[in-house]
Amino acid sequence: MKQIKVLGTGCSKCSKAADIIEKIAAELRQPVTVTKETSPEVIMQYQVMRTPAVVIDDQLVHSGSIPLRADIESWLK
Amino acid sequence: MFEIFTRMADWLAYELPGLSPTSKAGTALHFFIEDSSKIFVLLLVMIYLIALVRASLNVERVRNYLAGRHRGFGYLMGSGFGAITPFCSCSSIPVFLGFTSAGIPVGITMSFLLTSPLINEVAVLLLLSLLGWKFTLLYVLIGMTIGMIGGLVLDALKAERWLQDFAARALEQGQARATDSDNSADNHQPVMNLQQRHQFARDETLEIFGRVWKWVIIGVGLGAALHGFVPDNWIEQHLGGGQWWSVPAAVLLGIPLYSNATGVIPVMESLINHGLPAGTTLAFCMSTVAASFPEFILLKRVMRLRLLALVFFMLLIAFTLVGWVFNLLTPFI
Repeated sequence: MKQIKVLGTGCSKCSKAADIIEKIAAELRQPVTVTKETSPEVIMQYQVMRTPAVVIDDQLVHSGSIPLRADIESWLK
Repeated sequence: MFEIFTRMADWLAYELPGLSPTSKAGTALHFFIEDSSKIFVLLLVMIYLIALVRASLNVERVRNYLAGRHRGFGYLMGSGFGAITPFCSCSSIPVFLGFTSAGIPVGITMSFLLTSPLINEVAVLLLLSLLGWKFTLLYVLIGMTIGMIGGLVLDALKAERWLQDFAARALEQGQARATDSDNSADNHQPVMNLQQRHQFARDETLEIFGRVWKWVIIGVGLGAALHGFVPDNWIEQHLGGGQWWSVPAAVLLGIPLYSNATGVIPVMESLINHGLPAGTTLAFCMSTVAASFPEFILLKRVMRLRLLALVFFMLLIAFTLVGWVFNLLTPFI
């Protein structure tokens, strides 16, 4: 099961990013756990400066915006 | 060039509903239609063009550029990049930490973060179209100066003492790395072609427009209300003399009010037209834009209370000085 973390200090775009990833995962019937990471210290460790950012199984895959549907689908496959 | 908006507003506010150009309701409606239509068209066209040019500039590049720079130059560059780099205020914590962990001194990082909300392309465009180029130039110079001096003062006071522990450690590690080797150049930044630039500019335009249109409506609405419903000579009679206390009062009033630059500039236009001295107006508006409680609460996660209080009072003093100096200089501009 993929562990997905959405990094962000709590802005509305970050929750939207987490919601859309969960929604698409459900559509594709992919089992995932999506968590929101708001700790500045953890975000710093991933060297992310633009939020929301997405980390899948500890790999940073995206940063700076709500990800596009096509990107999310490709990460989940 | 902007006459078309005035004519459209004449038609929509006076001729169509039959309101008189001397009536309160008529002038308020006219102000609202003229300013909001002008601002919307300008924003759409100009944000796109500017985004096209600066598509490849982002906070990662700025960080790599600032890391390991000479200090004196650093404040100027920090503040300059703060003015031109696109970045959303909800990213200010990650940006602060990103800069800090690259070993960039707190003062230079703060030059970037203080200038950023004050000056951006939208603010400059609005100032140019509503208040003219002289005012715009002064606004930009003052905004950058506040950023630079703020950074210098923070470094002179060794503000890094008052970071939260993890941020202070990150700064130390970053600085140790920076002296080890020359800073890593931005080698993983791909070159953008025109197609990608267009895509970026389109997304950026929609994103910024989506974020600021409400502010424009609110700001122009307030400006129109001032225009139409505050008695004509009230502001001029009570505050027009640039009384010394009116400037700190304006700053104190402005700090808890939060707006972004887009919303506040139409209000500035209206206040100035009503005889509020330019310095007082500027002090009020800069304090609503640069200092906000939500932002301070966010910054609390990386700064100790002492540093936050220091930044707060520094801004308070800076905006008050700006207001006074500007009011003194107005007769000579």
